[in-house]
Amino acid sequence: MQYRQVHSPLNSEDILNLRAGDSVLLSGVLYTARDAVHKRWAQTLEKGLPLPVDLAGQTLYYMGPSPAPPGRVIGACGPTTSRRMDRYTLPLLKQGIKAMIGKGERSPETKLHIENYGAVYLVTLGGAGALLAGRIKKAETICYPDLMAEAVMRLEVEDFPVICAYDSLGGDIFSSQTARYRRI
Amino acid sequence: MARLCTEANFILGRDVIDALKAAVEKEESPLGRQILNALLENAAIAGRDRLPLCQDCGTALVFVELGQDAHIAGGSLDDAIEAGVRRGYAEGCLRKSMVSKPCSDRKNSGDNTPPVIHYDIVPGCAVKINVMPKGGGAENMSRLAMLKPGDGEEAIKDLVLQVVQEAGGAACPPLVIGLGIGATLEKAAVMAKKALIRPVGHPSQYEEIAAMEQRILEEVNKLGIGPLGMGGSVTALAVHAVVLPCHFASLPVAVNLQCHSARHAGVVI
Repeated sequence: MQYRQVHSPLNSEDILNLRAGDSVLLSGVLYTARDAVHKRWAQTLEKGLPLPVDLAGQTLYYMGPSPAPPGRVIGACGPTTSRRMDRYTLPLLKQGIKAMIGKGERSPETKLHIENYGAVYLVTLGGAGALLAGRIKKAETICYPDLMAEAVMRLEVEDFPVICAYDSLGGDIFSSQTARYRRI
Repeated sequence: MARLCTEANFILGRDVIDALKAAVEKEESPLGRQILNALLENAAIAGRDRLPLCQDCGTALVFVELGQDAHIAGGSLDDAIEAGVRRGYAEGCLRKSMVSKPCSDRKNSGDNTPPVIHYDIVPGCAVKINVMPKGGGAENMSRLAMLKPGDGEEAIKDLVLQVVQEAGGAACPPLVIGLGIGATLEKAAVMAKKALIRPVGHPSQYEEIAAMEQRILEEVNKLGIGPLGMGGSVTALAVHAVVLPCHFASLPVAVNLQCHSARHAGVVI
């Protein structure tokens, strides 16, 4: 399997070149956000207030890690189910996020929004939190520490493995690949 | 108790590892094989570094088979189990995922308590304890249905296919599918959960049920969902069914999905 090296935040050229099905090793910065953070951000934006993190161009990782054991950067840190963030995703695309990392399919509406905003949806290895921990070089909680595992973290990653699930042109690995192996 | 919590989260059972290795051989998709190999690598790293296999260290689900001749002295067994969960999740640096008030502020309880405990009274004087850290992703995609009594296996199969299809990649396939068929609404759900304790791929001891498990598994693996939903011929590792008699007006069926990180650890005292 050929891996493509990509830096995060992704530049517009990387986004245009990524195709659904591409295996990618990401290096650079990711911000974690899952259910509770998405809800708070949505409430903040509804009140017309700025978000505590500038998301323009950034990559979100739907993840809440296990605590870092002594001497380690982070605990296990695999993705959570992306579709639970669907209802909050359009406002965040408007804030400028360009890539999201999670697991599983998105709603048809969210898939369309991702295409319309020239973003990409990437998936990483669900249930491989110990393997992924080795690809995280720095982790720092930057917002909402009261949310514990769900707080916003800034991660610096190296060779973090992802697969492009939805590309910016509407390509979709789930439907194309599952159709290929379907026998019913 | 604390040790069962940490061992279950750090060490993937031999049954699951063997099933994943067999899946690598069967999987037609190159990407699917790449994912399955990464999952095996993850299990090796988690065991070596004593890191959780998955950051979702689950609800601490505890099954107790209490011998009717055993006597528990010195305090409440519930409290002892809860104390063990609290200690195991703290000492093992396991993620605490429980919220105390699910419908209001959803504040984290901070120590992964309370556990969910199921007791069975059995003959003898042994106490058997099984711990299953149950992640939210696969649990969320599970379902309970009251089918029509005449529907039979065909409807059960259709229900399973529908649940697995809707779960797609979100439930972290390849799955282990627990089925509770018969009894009543609440009992079917517990039976489906208990079916997941059986070592992965060990068929039911009843020939008729084992044959049905195999037929449903074959159909599920025709869905094409594959490892992590990225397409492939291995969508489930096993179907485990527990079947009990039920009222002639009913056919309760619970489908409990378990992700590939099918963690469990047990002890007999």
